[in-house]
Parts: sequence; C-alpha cells; structure tokens
Amino acid sequence: MKKSSIIGLVVIAIAVAVIISTSGNASSYVTFDEAKTMAVNGRTNSIHVVGELKKNSFGQIVGLTPSSDRLSVEFTLVDDNLKEQVVFLNQPMPTDLLKSEKVVVIGGYKNDRFIADKVLLKCPSKYEETTL
Amino acid sequence: MELSTEIHLGIGNAGHLLVIISFVTSLIASFAYAKASLKNEIGKDPWVSFGRNFFIAHGLAVIATVVILFAIIYNNYFEYHYAWSHSSVNLAVHYMIACFWEGQEGSFLIWTLWNALLGFVLIYTNKKWEAPVMTVFALVQAFLTSMILGVVIGDLKIGSSPFILLRDVVNDPIFLINPNYVPEDGTGLNPLLQNYWMVIHPPMTFLGFACTLVPFSFCIAGLWRKDFKDWIRPALPWTIFGGVILGTAIVMGGYWAYETLNFGGYWNWDPVENAVYVPWLVLIASMHTMIVFKKSETALKTSIVLVISTFILILYATFLVRSGILGDTSVHSFTDLGLSGQLLLYLLFFLIGSVFLAARVWKLIPTSDQEASTYSREFWIFIGALTLCLMAFQVLVPTSFPVFNSIVELFGGYSSLAPPANQIEFYSKWQLWFAIGIAFLSGTGQFFFWKKMDKDKLKSVIAIPVLVSLVLSAIIFSLTKVYNWIYIIILVAGVYSVVSNSKILIDLFRSKSYKLTGGSIAHIGIAMMLIGIMYSEGYSRIVSKNTTTISRDFTEEQNQNMVVLFLNDPKPMAGYQILYKSEGMNAVGIPGYVKKSYLTDTQDPHYKVLKQQLIVEEEVYGERGDTLYFRTPENTYHEVEFTSLKNGRAFTIFPRTQVNDQMGQTIVSPDIKKQWNRDLYTYVALQADFEEEFTEWSEKEIIKLDSIGQRFFVNDYVAEYQGLERIPSVNFVDLGPNDAAVQARIQVFAERGQSYLIEPKFIIKDGNVGRPMELNQEIASRLTLEDIDPDTGSVQLGVQTTQKDWIIIQAIEKPQINILWIGTIVMIIGFIVATRRRYVEFVKMRDKGMA
Repeated sequence: MKKSSIIGLVVIAIAVAVIISTSGNASSYVTFDEAKTMAVNGRTNSIHVVGELKKNSFGQIVGLTPSSDRLSVEFTLVDDNLKEQVVFLNQPMPTDLLKSEKVVVIGGYKNDRFIADKVLLKCPSKYEETTL
Repeated sequence: MELSTEIHLGIGNAGHLLVIISFVTSLIASFAYAKASLKNEIGKDPWVSFGRNFFIAHGLAVIATVVILFAIIYNNYFEYHYAWSHSSVNLAVHYMIACFWEGQEGSFLIWTLWNALLGFVLIYTNKKWEAPVMTVFALVQAFLTSMILGVVIGDLKIGSSPFILLRDVVNDPIFLINPNYVPEDGTGLNPLLQNYWMVIHPPMTFLGFACTLVPFSFCIAGLWRKDFKDWIRPALPWTIFGGVILGTAIVMGGYWAYETLNFGGYWNWDPVENAVYVPWLVLIASMHTMIVFKKSETALKTSIVLVISTFILILYATFLVRSGILGDTSVHSFTDLGLSGQLLLYLLFFLIGSVFLAARVWKLIPTSDQEASTYSREFWIFIGALTLCLMAFQVLVPTSFPVFNSIVELFGGYSSLAPPANQIEFYSKWQLWFAIGIAFLSGTGQFFFWKKMDKDKLKSVIAIPVLVSLVLSAIIFSLTKVYNWIYIIILVAGVYSVVSNSKILIDLFRSKSYKLTGGSIAHIGIAMMLIGIMYSEGYSRIVSKNTTTISRDFTEEQNQNMVVLFLNDPKPMAGYQILYKSEGMNAVGIPGYVKKSYLTDTQDPHYKVLKQQLIVEEEVYGERGDTLYFRTPENTYHEVEFTSLKNGRAFTIFPRTQVNDQMGQTIVSPDIKKQWNRDLYTYVALQADFEEEFTEWSEKEIIKLDSIGQRFFVNDYVAEYQGLERIPSVNFVDLGPNDAAVQARIQVFAERGQSYLIEPKFIIKDGNVGRPMELNQEIASRLTLEDIDPDTGSVQLGVQTTQKDWIIIQAIEKPQINILWIGTIVMIIGFIVATRRRYVEFVKMRDKGMA
C-alpha cells in the first residue's frame, strides 16, 4: 500500500472518530419526563431542560429555598409540558435567578432527584434598542 | 428635559451618501480590474488605471465614512440611533472608540476599512498581480459595504445603515409631538465592554480577518490566470502576518475573558471563540504548505485548498456570529439585524465561485508524481498541516450544531442537538492529543527543514535533543509533582519541542542567519504555550475549600468549593487569613472605593450624596451633603484582604459585581493576584442583598432616647444619639408648605475606628406620617424614627438587625500561567521575524521582475 493511502485512511479514521465522539457527547434539549426515562434506562448523559420557576397565582415565586448557609439552593422548575420538578443546585443561588424569565438547567436525575450541574438564565433585558 | 430643536441631518446624509459611493465605486473598480485582468494589463494601462482610481475613490469614501460615524458618536448626536444605542455622555473618551465597533454596522465598517487600507498597500507594492487581485478585493468590498448600505427597494432591505435617525427606528409618541426631539443621553456602551480590551481586541480581530483576504485574492488570481505557482511568493508574507495578527487577537480575547468573565479560565470553547480559532488553525496549516511549496514545489494543490478554506471559514465565522443562528449558545452575540440572507449570499458566492474556479483548472495544476520520502521535510510538514486541519475539524463539527439544526428544520425535520454539557472537557480531551502531535512534529520537523536527512543522520542529530528533553522533563515533573500520565506526555512533548527548536536556533545564531530564526522562535513560543496551558488548566486548583461548615446539603464535592465571608470576620484559607473589609463604588476624583453606606441615592444613578465626611488616607475628599459623580454606578467592588499566614505579608483584591441592565444580568468579575509562579483568581459568587425576601430581620426593638449624647447599642455596636434636626427636603418626596420632616442623627462606632452616620427620618406629608427605614449595611441594621415627644424632646428609635453582611467567594489557583503569556509573546516575535524574511524575499524577486 502506498504511504499516501495509509495517511488517507488514518485521516478518515480520525475524522470518523471525531464525528462519533461528537454525536455521543452531544447533549439535547428534553423535558423532565424524557429526562427521567433516560435516567431509568441508564443513560446518564447530561441534558438540557428549559423551564420557568414555579409561581403562585399572584405571580410570586414559590418553592425556592436557599440552604441555611446559602451555599446551595433548591427550586421548583416547570417545564414546557407543565411538569413540575424540584431541582437541586450545588452552588450559591445564581444572582439573577429570581428575576429570570426562563431557566435552562443542565444536569440529570440522580436517585429521583434532579441535580443541576449548571444553570443558565434568560433574564428580561431592561434595555431595548427599539424603545426610548 | 431640554428639547433641542436642531438636529444634525447633514452629517448623517453625508455618511449615508458616502456608503453608497463606496459601494458603487467598489463595483466599478471590480469590473474595471476584471477587464484589465482579461486583457493582461499592468501598470498604466487604461483599465488598470481606471480600476485603480475607482478603488482609491472607494477607499477614501470608506475612510470618510469612518470619520463621520466617529464624529457622530464623539459629539453625542443622539438623534442618530447608532450613537444613542451605543454611546452615552457618561462615557470616557477612549470608550467612545469602542462604541464604534460595539454594533454590527460599525464592526463591518472597521473590517471594510482594513481591507481598503490593505488594498492600498497591495496597489503600491505589487504591480504584476494588481488587476486580478484587486478584482477580488473590490468584490469583497462590495459585499461588505452592502451590509451597511441601508437601501430599501420595494420589500427588499439591503444592509443596515449606521446613519439612521433614532426617530426612524423607535416608535415613540414623542416624535409625533416633536419630530426634532433629541434624547439627552444615549443608552451607552454595555458596561461589560467598558474595558481597554474592547478598544484593541475587535480592530485586531478584523485586521486578522482582512489579512486572510490577501492570500485568498492571490490564490484566486493565480487560478484565474492559470499562473499556478507564482502567486505563493507575494501571498506568503501576508499569510504569516495574518497568522500573527489573528493569533494575537485570539489570545487577547482569551485574556480579556479571563480577566472579566468568571467562567474560571481563558478559553471556554464558546462558539464565537471557536469560529475564529478554526480558520486560524487552517491558516497556519496553509502557511506551512506554502513554505513547503517554496522549498520543493510540492503541496501546491493542498496550499490552494487551504488558502481558500481559510477565507471561506472566516466568512462562515461571520455568518455564525452575526446571523443570530447561534441564539443562546454564545456569550458574544450581535443583535440580529436581519442580514442573514445577505451574509449567506456573501458566504455562498465566494464558496461556489472559488470551488468553480479551482475545479475548472484542477487538472492543469502541476503536481509532483514522486511520493515524498519519510525522511523529507515535505512529508513531516504535510503531516503537521494535516494534524492542524483535523484539529480544526474537531472543533468545527460541534460548533456547527445550530446550523445543522436549522438545516434539518429547513427540510421539515426536527433536531435539538445541544453542545456537549461539559464543553471544556469535551474539546480539551481531543485537542490535547492533537497538540501533543503538533509539539512532537514541530520539534522533529525543524531538523528535516534545515538538512537533508536519512535514517542514520536523523538518529545522530535527534539523539541529544531527545536525551536532554527527557532528562529536563523528568526533573520538571518530579519538582512540580506532575503524576498524571497524559500531562507527563504533554510536558515531554512541549519540552522536546522547546529543546530541539532551541538547538536549531543556536545553530542559526552561530551561522549568523538571524533572519531565518522565525520558525524556530515561533515553535518555541507555541510549545511554551502548551506547557503553560497544561499547568494552568490541568493543575488549576480551587483553594477556597470550605472545611469549617458542614450542612446537610453538602453531598457533593462542589459544595465545598466556596467560602462564606462575613464582614470584618477573618477566616483562614489556603495559607492566608482572608478578610472581607468593605463594599464600595468607584467615584470620579476619589482614590480607591467609596463605601456604599456613606452614600444616598439621587434620581440620577451617576450622582450620589455623601452622608458623612469622606476621608481617604487622612485626607478629606468630601463633606456631608457633597455630591459625588460615578461614571459606572453599576459596578460594586468588594475589598478582600489576604494576609499570608507564613510571613504576614498582605495584599488586597477588589473583585467586581456588575448589575448589567443592558444584558439583564449581574456579571461577576474576578480580581487576579499575579505572582511569578501562579495567579490567584478570586471572584464573588454571591453577595448579601438586605432588600431580598430571604433576609431575616429581628423583631423591632424600641429604644427611647432622652438626651443628646446618650449611648446605646445597635447590633452590638456602640451608638450615640446626636440630636434631632428639621430638614427642608427629602429625596424622592415632594414636601408642601404644610408638610414637615425631621431626622435623628445617630453615630455608630464600628471596627477599626470607623463610624457611620445613620439618620432615620420622620416625615409628615398631607397629614400622614412616614417613617422610612434607614439601612446600614456595615452595621446590618435598619433604623426607623418611630416617635417624637415634642414636650420632652425625647425620641423613640426602632431598631431591626440581621446577620452581618456577607459575600461568598471562590478562589482558584492557576499555576505557571505566565509560561502561557510569555510563550505567546515569543510566538509573536517568531512570526514577525518570519513575516519580515518572506517579505524581503518577495521584494527581491519582484525587483528582479519575477513577481
């Protein structure tokens, strides 16, 4: 076999490995129910769930409790299918959590608890380029 | 509010007209230059001269447009949307330059400007290639200027003009009443971007982008003219120059992120970072194959493919960043101006055009039939270039997920691919192996580069460097306790590359061939960067371990990575006694930071009134009642003192919290203590907010104060009642003739001889009584003036207290990060030496009439 063919094969092999590894590591946006099914089936990939903080009829946020030492926080998230889930975050409460309009939690179920590794917030910007 | 009746219409119209002129002239220049190319004209021939004149006119129009846009920003012409939405009167002058490229339009303009200037340089330096190269240049300029054209034909909007008036963008009834209304202030440059890096990083990046156009244009010109070889010589210095500019811009961006954002490192594999990293890797690959071609006439086809790919990837990056397709996956994003269609057209035009041109002549491009020997430099450099391309490919695939999702949706499918949940780990585990490969190749390749090699010769030259680097690495990893086998390999690879390139460098110095040292210097730099990255990332260590508190929630390790600091309550951590001393803001003209408890708000957040005399380092900077000016009131700085437990030496850092209304987020930034062998990186993850619902206040205690000078306790601090006074006005309250307000003056004595004035008020307005609470953060108390007995003069004070003020911090140690920065500088020097060498080569050949 020519040397160039060998190199070509190696390159193709690495490229294929890259693609396989990427699709294997890709996360996806799911709902809590889907996340739970995944966890039950033994798939422990970190996933993204999008939702909103639970609010009562007065629009106040409920089901949110920082731990007594403030180093962690638990909150209730309602996903797009209106399923409620208590999420545990092992970090101090993100500063803007209370005023966020959308919350993305990245993590997964561990023993029936949803543990978030990371929380992304989408907050209303007070600043709009199209209004004075 | 002051209503200005004069609006400066002329300047904006001139700007808009100049953009149109620059668009039209670039089209004409392109056409004329194309004609000239077809006729093989050079020098003073009619079509060339015609094209050149129009390109010069185009460049001048671009320069004038830039001047006009800057004048609009500098003069605070807020009747223009661009000035209004990107600048404000409270902005320091050097940030006005940064406003220029905060928006999409301005950043397109700076890119266009660089291209125009590079075009001038090429016209001046290269006559032989002028016509075809400038055809491509002018065509690119037509696309770029079309992005800011702001012309509407029917339903078709072409480009977004930076010279559009506010009243044409914003629908506000005020414009119906007064069409000439000009707001007093703009909404300002995003406070997060008010940083000196914002002044230098974007123009550097766009200069890098502009540089990739030069080799691309030469390559296209070569394909077009069927002059397949000669384009490489004039293009090469520009490729190397582009490599150093873009590389520097990338590292700068990383350093900026490291200083300002708190994701804990300098590289986050954010899609926008990747979008520039990928073309840079391919550019470096193309640079190597071009060098190979110059030496041995091989790798021509590879060079053509890589040069084209670099430019197309820059356009792809532009599309990703500016079309809005990245959505929420990135921290950098421009406001979507609806230019996606135009951007896609720009990308596809050059993609299809260059593929077509290359395919047309592909069979005619000379190749060498002979396979490169394993002992030839061509072979090893080629492998190196391949590795760089694979490296780029690995980053490109996940970065393109949003594009993939969109394409699937375009065909009616559904795809919800999200980036890997732990991006840093995912990318790093691939990139580090490629980087190891690059380090070994760059160490070995250099030997092949300078000498003809065979098996035995190789063994003899390589033996000493291999031995030296193994011994050196062994010493380093036992001294610095590197035991992870992957890191050991990185270290060995890096040290090997440094050692072998140093050997080459010494040989070159001995033979006084200073001009040829660029390659080995740059490779030493890159290898140092690799070593620096390995240490600072691989051995990045959280030093704020929480060992004192144990609570039920501490189930995972992450829990213990942050420390709660109470005000004035020192805590031991990582060999230091750390002390949270105060929280302050930066006032203009006052050194250091002014404590928040010294200040009362006014209607304008930029102005605050002193509650008590302000003394900094025994000098009086302001009296009670003075107004202070704050340029950036959204920033709060936390004073944290670190005292070494070993030698008692202390330093103070000021991590920042920024309430960023423009982004609707609070942004925390670290403060970094630089030491020779490490950085100590500390940020405030959360601060106490006394106003929020989770703060638990004690029952109100009523204290009766009968006489002036009476002492009592507030939250365990000694306090003194200093009397009652009637005040003529109260902030945020309109007092009428029948209303009245009094305030009690309480002085509280706190730690380190500091004292605070707290003045609770009693307000009678329209027959109602108001008792606003006066909060003091340092004392963690709020006071109310409950009642006043007019007969005895005694007052009743309501006191509520809470837990002391606190912050939660995380401190991270980044060992040997300076090796990374020094390596970057070494790399830059190497690139500059190499650029110079290749440029001199080109000039010599040109003057002989060869290029």
